[in-house]
Amino acid sequence: MADRALVVTLRQAGPIPLDVSFTCEPGQVLAIFGPSGSGKTTILRSIAGLYAPREALVRSGAETWLDTTSLQSVPAHRRKVGFVFQEYALFPHLTAVGNVTTALGHLPRAARRARAEALLQAVHLSSHVDRRPAALSGGERQRVALARALAREPAVLLLDEPLAAVDRAVRRRLQDEIDQIRRSLDIPLILVTHDFDDVVRLATHLLMLDRGRTIAAGPLEELTSRPDLTWLREAAGLGSLFEATVVRVYDSRGLAELAFEGGTLLAPSRALIEGTRVRLRIPAREVILAREQPRGLSLHNVLSGQVSAIHGDAGADHVIVQIAVGEVRLLAEVTRDAVTQLEIATGMPLHALIKSVSLEVLAAPPAERQVRG
Amino acid sequence: MDSVALRVSLSLAIATVLVLLPLGIWAGHALAIRSFRGKAFVEALVAVPLILPPTVLGFYLLVTFSARSPLGAAFEAAVGQTLAFSFAGLLVASIIANIPFVVQPIQRAFESVPQEVREAASCCGLTPLQRFIRIEIPLAWPGILTAAILAFAHTLGEFGVVLMVGGNIPGETRTLSIAIYDRMQAFDDRAAGIMAASLLVIAVATLSATTWLGSSVGRRRG
Repeated sequence: MADRALVVTLRQAGPIPLDVSFTCEPGQVLAIFGPSGSGKTTILRSIAGLYAPREALVRSGAETWLDTTSLQSVPAHRRKVGFVFQEYALFPHLTAVGNVTTALGHLPRAARRARAEALLQAVHLSSHVDRRPAALSGGERQRVALARALAREPAVLLLDEPLAAVDRAVRRRLQDEIDQIRRSLDIPLILVTHDFDDVVRLATHLLMLDRGRTIAAGPLEELTSRPDLTWLREAAGLGSLFEATVVRVYDSRGLAELAFEGGTLLAPSRALIEGTRVRLRIPAREVILAREQPRGLSLHNVLSGQVSAIHGDAGADHVIVQIAVGEVRLLAEVTRDAVTQLEIATGMPLHALIKSVSLEVLAAPPAERQVRG
Repeated sequence: MDSVALRVSLSLAIATVLVLLPLGIWAGHALAIRSFRGKAFVEALVAVPLILPPTVLGFYLLVTFSARSPLGAAFEAAVGQTLAFSFAGLLVASIIANIPFVVQPIQRAFESVPQEVREAASCCGLTPLQRFIRIEIPLAWPGILTAAILAFAHTLGEFGVVLMVGGNIPGETRTLSIAIYDRMQAFDDRAAGIMAASLLVIAVATLSATTWLGSSVGRRRG
């Protein structure tokens, strides 16, 4: 299969400082996460051809969109990019269908309307298709923007804070829909966000940005199990993230057994279906460490492993301990005093105690998610 | 009522709008979305006819149009008639006097189209020309219409520049506003009154139309 990855290198000192370099493969969701003003949107705009940094290389598969060394630059309208703008940027004088049709210039005129309606249906907007944006709700505008971005059959999908302007309830549903769309597309998807909730639910890869510079980048599970990312701890709270399979649901006990590469865990069963894959997050603050296997506790989850890393900032009261449990790296946030008391050292065996209720069961990993009716 | 003067006035107003509107759309769009060196100077230049006394504008135009100037001489050689004191000269003068009335509302209208909306159009695969025709013009349309109406009405009412450049030649350069002055000079108050009233009606109708357009845009944008 032809290479369809998006390769991006951007560098400039000002006016907006940038120094990033990354590759996003089809099927991956790269979340660019950072505080506002860190240059997240500028990265998307550079990929789309709406901004030209001083030094840049942007390639989509075999096509070079921007290369400042050979002075190559493809104008925005010839880059096959689907862009969902933060405020949606719908065309106010056109209806929902009209907005989507505008991006269907590659189809014969007669086929456009039907295709636009099909796209709107795919984002669950089949009523109100003849309304103008002013008469649509925030969530509905979001859906029109998404359908319009998909209409071009883009080679890359760019989402700029796609969920920032909708309320919490709508947000969850849209996260699910973006997730489904991603699965059906198999193109690189880049998501800019300042909300870590979007990251843990949608992303496969993470690039953390601060003032235009990459602080950390890599697969999400790898990054979230690193003990030394103080910045991430401040922004979102540390917590290891990994995938698990729902093995059994005990309806009478209200619990579900989840198997992961390292053991099993019991979690609240809340709407879990046996056989499905889920994403689990264990906040580092919720993990208790013990030298010996404890008995007589109300606790369901005791994982045994080995200390694989210890990270403590000088002056900080807390120490992050990384424990290898099978293939999974757990993080525990404990006091400096506890580390001394338990004489915790790299390589020693330890037990990690986790309350079932503190397990966060998140949207299933998209690739193996069962299609819902 | 001097119907010949009314005809000259209307012809002048319509011709001014027809010539100036495409130019104004081009210039207003460029001023709205481009940034270039000397943009502030160009914007000031566009606004100059607003504050300059019409007699000053008329004086310079007259000098430029005269057979002794290169432009005037070239025109006379080509057409066999002087540019000054002709309908063609009057039209050129009217166009220049109306530049701010056309360019400024159109520029504001294009400026009110959010940058993200223009960018979204590019990301939808529209070429700059397609974007201009399908997105920007429809969104700026009320401003363009306002500009046309303002230029039309302002041309009907223009007096100083017309008197300086056109003189008072019946059927050629005598417009309605000049005819009113002419009738007043001849103590024909009745004729002047009728013509003044008709200009008043046109002015009120124009402003009503502009206001109505403005509010209907407000409703549409919600």
